[in-house]
Order: sequence, then C-alpha cells, then structure tokens
Amino acid sequence: MNLDAFKPKFFATSTKGENAELLVDLNSEYRDRRKDAVKRVIANMTVGKDVSSLFPQVVKNMQTEDLEMKKLVYLYLMNYAKSNPDLVILAVNTFVKDTDHPNPLIRALAIRTMGCIRVDKILDHLCEPLRKCLQDDNPYVRKTAAICVAKLWDLDQERAVENGFVTTLQDLISDSTPMVVANAVVALAEMQESSASKDVFVVNVSIMNKMLAALNECTEWGQIAILTSLAEYRPLDSKEAENICERVIPRLQHANGSVVLSAIRVLMMFLRYIKNDEFIKGLIKKMSPPLVSLLASAPEVQYVSLRNINLILQKRPDILQNDVRVFFCKYNDPPYVKREKLEIMIKLCNDRNVEQILSELKEYASEVDVDFVRKAVRAIGRCAIMIDEASERCVNVLLDLINTKVNYVVQEAIIVIKDIFRKYPKRYEAIIPTLCENLDSLDEPEAKGSLIWIIGEYAERIENADELIENFLESFLEENSQVQLQLLTATVKLFLKKPSQSQEIVHRVLQTATQEIDNPDTRDRAYVYWRLLSTDPQAAKAVVLSEKPPISVESGSSKISPGLMDELINNISTLASVYHKPPTAFMGKKAFSADAVRKAAVEDAKDEEQITGEDGAATAGSAAPKNAMADLLDLDFGSSEPAYTSPPVSSSKPTSSGPNYSADLFDMSSDMSSGGVFGGMAGMNAANGAQQQQQQSFGVMSPTNNSNQFGDLAGLGGFGQPAQQQQQQKPAPSSQSSTVNDLLDLF
Amino acid sequence: MASAVSAIFILDLKGKVLISRNYRGDIPMSAVEKFLPLVLEAEEDSQAPAPCFTDDGINYLYIRHNNLFLLAITRKNSNATTVMLFLHTIAEVLTEYFKELEEESIRDNFVIIYELLDEMMDFGYPQTTESKILQEYITQDAYKLEVQVRPPMAVTNAVSWRSEGIRYRKNEVFLDVVESVNLLVNANGNVLRSEILGAVKMKVFLSGMPELRLGLNDKVMFESTGRSPTKGKSIEMEDVKFHQCVRLSKFENDRTISFIPPDGEFDLMTYRLNTQVKPLIWVEALVENYTGSRVEYLIRAKAQFKRRSSANNVEIHIPVPEDADTPKFRSGIGSVQYVPEKACVIWKIKQFQGGKEFSMRAHFGLPSVKNLEDADKRPPMSIKFEIPYFTTSGIQVRYLKIQERSGYAALPWVRYITQNGDYQMRMPDSIKASKMAPI
Repeated sequence: MNLDAFKPKFFATSTKGENAELLVDLNSEYRDRRKDAVKRVIANMTVGKDVSSLFPQVVKNMQTEDLEMKKLVYLYLMNYAKSNPDLVILAVNTFVKDTDHPNPLIRALAIRTMGCIRVDKILDHLCEPLRKCLQDDNPYVRKTAAICVAKLWDLDQERAVENGFVTTLQDLISDSTPMVVANAVVALAEMQESSASKDVFVVNVSIMNKMLAALNECTEWGQIAILTSLAEYRPLDSKEAENICERVIPRLQHANGSVVLSAIRVLMMFLRYIKNDEFIKGLIKKMSPPLVSLLASAPEVQYVSLRNINLILQKRPDILQNDVRVFFCKYNDPPYVKREKLEIMIKLCNDRNVEQILSELKEYASEVDVDFVRKAVRAIGRCAIMIDEASERCVNVLLDLINTKVNYVVQEAIIVIKDIFRKYPKRYEAIIPTLCENLDSLDEPEAKGSLIWIIGEYAERIENADELIENFLESFLEENSQVQLQLLTATVKLFLKKPSQSQEIVHRVLQTATQEIDNPDTRDRAYVYWRLLSTDPQAAKAVVLSEKPPISVESGSSKISPGLMDELINNISTLASVYHKPPTAFMGKKAFSADAVRKAAVEDAKDEEQITGEDGAATAGSAAPKNAMADLLDLDFGSSEPAYTSPPVSSSKPTSSGPNYSADLFDMSSDMSSGGVFGGMAGMNAANGAQQQQQQSFGVMSPTNNSNQFGDLAGLGGFGQPAQQQQQQKPAPSSQSSTVNDLLDLF
Repeated sequence: MASAVSAIFILDLKGKVLISRNYRGDIPMSAVEKFLPLVLEAEEDSQAPAPCFTDDGINYLYIRHNNLFLLAITRKNSNATTVMLFLHTIAEVLTEYFKELEEESIRDNFVIIYELLDEMMDFGYPQTTESKILQEYITQDAYKLEVQVRPPMAVTNAVSWRSEGIRYRKNEVFLDVVESVNLLVNANGNVLRSEILGAVKMKVFLSGMPELRLGLNDKVMFESTGRSPTKGKSIEMEDVKFHQCVRLSKFENDRTISFIPPDGEFDLMTYRLNTQVKPLIWVEALVENYTGSRVEYLIRAKAQFKRRSSANNVEIHIPVPEDADTPKFRSGIGSVQYVPEKACVIWKIKQFQGGKEFSMRAHFGLPSVKNLEDADKRPPMSIKFEIPYFTTSGIQVRYLKIQERSGYAALPWVRYITQNGDYQMRMPDSIKASKMAPI
C-alpha cells in the first residue's frame, strides 16, 4: 500500500464532524473507500481519540477477504469490545467462520483475536472453535491455539477445565513441532501459577524428557520458556541432576543473553542437588565466561545481568575470581551500569587485586558525575575496611582526594574516614589535623557529624578540641538533628576526657538542648547525659567512652539473608533478581490491603531477624539489649550494629538522616541493592503503608513510652555498674524509643 | 515465573505515546502516563534511573532507541532479560522494515507496526521475531499480492530461520572474520583491560536447504570444553556464542560447527578473548597547560603490529578543553581537524604501516578566566582503525563444506579484519606550566 498518499489524511487534525464523515465512508459502497476509512479510524485510535461510537459500522467491514483490512478491524475489536460488550455479538459469526477459513493465517488470526476479547459473551462461542484449532493440521494454528487456552483460563478457569482444554494442552507437549511444544509449556506454566490445586502442570520425568528433546529445536524464546519450566523439576538424585545439567550446558553458548541466563538459573538451582564436587567445580568454571560475555550486550541487558551477577557472586563467591578487570567502568557506560559495576568490583576485591581496584576508584573519583564520584569514594572506604593490609593505601588515596578540595569529594572522604577510624582505632590519628583543616567546607549533615564524631572520639589527642567543638556549637540550634546528636555526644566525651577545659561548654550545651530544642530525640538524649553526669560520672564514662563493637563491611551494603538468597536464585533473570526482592514484595495486587501490608512488614522483620541472629551471635550477646545500649553508647554510626528493631521504618527511606542512618553508611545505593531487608524502590509501596501504620500506633504510644524511659533512668543513676544493669533492665522501652526516634527523624 | 508482558508502548522523549499494544488487558493503559514523570523523578534524586523499576504494583521496563522509548509494563515477576532483549528485537525488526525507526516512520507505518506487534508477541509472550521470515507474510505492499499470504513453514519449523524454496542463480557464501579490540589504558600507560570480541559474519546466497559445516584451525581452542589446549601458542577463546541455527549439542559433543544458515546476512558466531596482546595502536599524550593562556599537546602514535600489515582509516580523537580556541597543528602525517562541538581534535591517518611511529603537535589558546565547573571533565582519547587481512586471535577458516540435495557447487569467500572496539586511553594529567611563556 502506498502509505505516503494517505498519510496526510490519517492524522488530519480533528474537525467536528470527523466521526460523522467516517461513518459515511465506512458505509460506502466502494471497497477502497471503506478500507481507507477503517485506516483512519485506527489512526485516530492510535493518537488516543475516541472512535468507539463507530463500533457497528467498523464491525460490518470485518467480513472481507482483504487480510490487511481484516487485521485492522480485529485490532479495533480488541480495543473497543470492552466498551461495547453488547455489540460484540455482531462479530462472533465472522470470527467462527474465520476459524474455519482455508488459510491457516486467518484461522490463527481469528482464534488469537477472539482470545483477546475479554468479554463474557464471546466465551460462549470460543470453546468450539478453540477445540478445532487445537487439533488443526497446521502447526501455526496449533501454536496460536495453545496460547489461547491460557487466555481462556485467565477469564474462566472452570470452563477451560470442563472443556478438556487443560488435558489437550498437556498432550501438546508431545507435539512434533517444537514451537507448539514451547507455547504449550508457556501456557501451562502460566496456568499452573494461578491454579488453586497446582496440578495443571507438574513437571515429572516424562514431561522433563519431552521438554529436553524440544529444547534443541526451539526458537530462542521457546528455549527460554522450556528452560524456565525445566527448573520446576525436582531431580531424584545427584546423578540425575548432573545429567540434566549436561543437557543444559550447551545453551550457555547461545547468542541470546536471556537463554544464557535462563540456563544459568537451571544450573544454579540444580547445583543444590549435586553432590559430586568435581562436577560442581567444572560447572562453576563453565558459568564464568558466559556471564562475562553478557557485558557485551546492550546497556539495559547489561544492567539486568550485573544485578544477577551480583547475586550469583554472593551465592558462589568462587565464581569470576580472576575477572575483576572486566567490571572496570568505561567512560561512556550509562550511570546505572557504572553503579552496578562498582558494587561488583567491591565484591571481588581481595588482597591480590586491591591495588588495581584502588587506582581505578581514584580515577572514578575525579570524574564529573557527582553521584558516581561519591560512590567511588565510599567504595574506597569499603576496601579499607575489608582488607586490613590495604587500609593504609586507602587512607592515602583518601587524603589525596581531600587535597583536591573539591567540596563533595572532601565531605564524602571524611564520612568514609570516620568508618576507617572505627575499624582501626588509633591507627591513623595522625591525619586528624588534615581533616580539621577542612572544617569550614563541610555543609552536609553526615559529613559534619562524622568530623564531630572524630573530634569527640579523639578529644584527648586534639589540642584545640574544645575550640573546634565550640566553633560548631555556635550554630547548634540551626543544625540538623543528626549533627545536634553528634555534637551533644562529642561535647560529653570532651568533658569526660578533659573536664577542666570544658565544664562550661558541656553545661551550656545540655542546657540549650534540654530547654530550647523541641526534637524529643535530641532533648531526651541531653537529659540522659545530664542525669548520668550529675549522678555518677564514673558510670557516664563507662557508658559514653566504652569500646564500640567492630564495624564490618557487609552490614552497610547488600547483605541478603540465606532464605531470601535462595528465593532470589530461584528467580534469576526475573525482576525479583533485579530488585533483589522476593516477588511478593512488588507483585501486583491492585492495591495493598491492610493485611498485606502487615504481612509484608512481618516478613521484613523476619528477614531482619535472621541477619540479626547471625551477626548477633558473632558479636556475642543478644541483639535487643545491645540495641537498647546503642543510643547511650554513642553508636549512631554503628553500622555493625545489627539490631534495628524497626526494619520497615528505618529501611523504607534509606537516605533518611537520623541516628540510624548508619544502615546506609557504606552505600548510598543500598536502597536498590539491599533487597528485602532494607526496602528500596520496589518495597516503597508496602513499606510506606507499614510506616504509616506504625507511625500511628507509635504516635499513641510515645508519650507513655517517654515517661517510662524517664522512670527507668531515674532509677538508673543509683546503680553501681550502670552499663550492665542497663543491658538487663532497659531493653524494651529504649528499643521502642529508638523506633520512635526513627519515626521522628523520618517525618 | 510467567514472563508475560502486559503491554508495549513506543513513546517519544516527551512521554507521548506514538503507538501501543495491549496484550493482556490487566493494566489500565493510562499507567503509561506515570512513566516519564517517574523516570524524571528518579533522575532528580541524582539516582541514575535504572532501566526497570516498579511503582504501585506495576513494573516498567524500557530501552532508549534514537529519540524513542520502547516500554513494556507488567504486573508479574517477568523475565527481565527476556523483556529487555525483546524490546531491542522490536527496535531491530522495525529498523529493518523502515530503515530508520523514529517518530516519522512510526506515524507513516502504523498499520504494519500493529501487524508486527500482533505477530511478534501473543498474550505477552514473544513469538516469531525473525525479521526475514516476518517479511514473507507481513509486507508493506500486501495489497499487490494476487494470492493471499499464508504463514511460511519456517514460522513453526525446527528451522524457523529459513524458508523453503530459495533460489539463486549463482550460489555464494561470504565469510567475514571481524575482530574488535576493546582496550582501556590508564594515564600511566598501564593496560587495564584488553579484550577482543570476534565475530564470524556470513552473507549467504544459497539455494534450497543447504547443510553447512565450518572448520576452524586447531589453534583455536575452546576453553569451555575442558580440554586444556596443548602447550604452545594456542589462543584460548573465553566464550563462544552461536547463532541459533548452529546445533549446540553437536558442538558440545565433537566440536563441529554444523548448521542450516538463514538467508542473507547474520552473525554465525561471536567469541571473546581475554589474552593480553600488545595494544595494536599505542598513543601517548603530553599535555602542557599554561593556565589562563594556552595549552599544548604532543601526541605520539605507534603501530605495534607486523610491518607487512597496515591500519587503514586511523582516527585518533584527543579531547581538549571546551573553551579552547585558535587551534594550530603540526603533524608528520595525515590531517588534523578541530571539532569544537565535541571538544576534541581528530587526527586522521589514511594508512598507518606496522612498526611506524608518528607525532603531532597541537596548540590552543585558552580564555584567561576559567570556569571551574568544567575543570574536571576528562574524557579519554579514543582511537579508530581497521587492519585488513589480520586477526589478533589467529583464527583461520580451514574449510566450509556446503551440501545441498541438488548438489550445486558453491564458493565460499573469506576475509579477515581487525578493528577498534571500545578503544580508549585515558589522558594524563597536564603538566602545569606556571610561567607565561611567549607564544
């Protein structure tokens, strides 16, 4: 067709009588004129104009031998059937006739379209033609009919079962044409998912063998479908799992990246059944090169692949060990690819390649993309904390960066250095003067807070610590609450270390904080300190200057609990593997019901607990009392501190400031990468809901809670060894109050 | 795990829908209105927006193509890789149909795009996407055909990429072995990454249903076989990927590459080598920056391959400050051109013989007031070249056997070429010359 000739007409600007004009043309006695009119109708539909009123006239043109015209009318029907359910019956006759047409293309087209018209009336007339098409001689018709069964199922499961379509579909798995097999598998897999009894498609040995046989002959998309369903099979023993893997391995050589990842998914899942270590080693070795090759695909595919590689690496750290160079960022990589590459570089960092990685990171830190630069600086900190031997080099690199005097680089570097101080106390204090030189250029709360923490922590070594603190205190009331809290603690530390110099300062600060600040978080802490100091300075020392638990690397980044990990491995290549969240966290219910929100919150909490349990055991001592201590122990930065008892809240806004911003210490991007534990984009929905709920409930509780806390504190001062007493006594109220604090900081 | 997509949209960069197709009817099509605002919002948060995200129970997956977004939405935990690849496939197929895929060509061809979207995906599952096959029954001039089109056998055949009954008067096959070198060198001249992406590209003009078998030299070993290559100068291929026509299980068993090829052009196989090879073209830059007055470059380029080969159409792109002016050049060979809109200098050398070395000097004036914001932008140098009759891997085609029932004789033609891929060398820090030297 010569489209150019028609072009101006199709998208002509709308005049008032356009539909009327079309109406005339649709009824024209000339075929060309009618076809032209139908095209204009579709053109109008494309640009979003309402042409549903022309329904009867368009449908009248359905009965034609002109394939193009027929397709257009069908398209129209699919779009407007819903708005004219009563009139759809006009089309049924032609549909049924078309499913008997001598041309298989038209038979398939008719059955395909009928399935897409989601109107009950049509279902009555769909079953007979569908039955015929499922048995059609032509494979093209059969493969289309196979999908149509899933369409019918979606609208009316019972009818699909009653008519025996499920059984027919199961038979089609033995069809001689691979594409029919693939579509039958696709349809059955989808039906299985939504079936109540879960007996529509159970992958047993015979089905598995049939699928393996069809695998070699399918189109790329068919192979993906088969590999996806193949993973549903549960091998009986290690030997069988090995055999299946052998049959799947050749797929790693396929040009289509999704075939490759689907194959990797099968292999990763079947690895669990394999007991032969030699085989496992071989398999892991075979998976590396195809994973690396995925980085040569389009950037969006690279992104998905990198997110998956990130997962696979956590599950199997032995993979890709020597390939860190392939993850170095290219200058022109899109930012989202760079970010993921950076994550993987850190994951692959070890004492052999840390030099290389550091010089890369330093290079990135001088690029122009501010966000990426910050991440690179944080990554340097993570290297330092991960690898003891490299920490000095890292610190030197950070000092170089501070000397660039580029504002955001300096701030980020100071934040990172604070963590290094936590990890290696007393090792790098020589650099403190350099840090203090940059005092005036700090304007971000986190950076300010970090430097203040360092000053407080090393107050006895810094000659003019009191001056520095004094300097910060000038703007105490205007500061962000996070900075206020740090100042408060640092001042108390200063006082405990150098009582003679700073008695006046500490008095003034506590007074200001208790009298002039409305933020209960800051105010309460000031009260606590005040009482501690006034009743028992020794106890205050024990609490405030106590040793902090060591900082670890993974806590801040994307640590995924083993349970979630297994679920994510089962979902390799899917959206869940990209978000690092279980499918239930983002799968489309229309809206989250209150129940679902609660459930999501509970699940999150459970996940959190798992981690808590692990880390908690390592650092000895139960989690809850620790958390209770956190506030007093000055663990605002305690990223190693596992116990955040309010996961949905503190996690739902990962960049939140406040005492718990430590969850994000290492990694601004953890909202994306940290999976179900720390909610990110995907979980926002659920988490926000939960947040509001919690807020409400805590809103009611907080007053009593506060007074409760005071009661406790009042009693506290009298005890001889407050730190321990506290651990036993205070867990409940204080941990709750920290939740309240979170909330207050968030809103 | 069902990977179905609910709907596909093609939008312009302002978020206006140019064409769309609703496959499952389980998401209101109005969901697309939130797409661009969400992307922009993510951009504002300085979070580089990822190519897939979820909002309100709806997942958005998109790619950029020219000035268009191709977007898929789904409620399910779809296979993200499949969806992304499928979107790229749509772009490829439409490009093959209309030469350019852009707003104009979509507007002009909406009828055929609807037909293609209907044929390529059913109920959200990808179907036939082979553009050669699609062109047999979805054509731009369908109305001219006397006979009504039928689905080609190939659509559902095991050989879904080739139709029966193809006839050529002269049966020929062209094989191009193309190796692209990806290189990243840091400012100190250390090679950070060096990788070769190779492809065996074929142009097939053969009648009937020919059976082909490709033999490569023994030197090429495939690491994934587990058979470790014998010691010596063998080059290991890290990973080999084949076009879907190649029988993968046969390859896995006995290393033979056998296939029934599609008609026309396609990539038979691609491979990757990680072996460190001497960078074929080495470029060194010396930058002297007289802040506030001028900047001078001394560029030295060396061809580090055999004398009897030479690189053609060499282009060396050297980034310069955006505010540079009054360029002056002097070079021993080739031509130098200043491209202010890209803030770079391009040094072109038509033919660069192996083993030779050349240098070029460039000189720019700088404004006396410096915009500090720009100071940090430091793109790398990039280099383009082609070296014919040469492969870094040493891959060689030993034979290509062509068998067809009718027994015709067909001639294979083989060419080799090595070219640049992502070939980047980072710029060294400029030497700060403080003294104002006379120009």
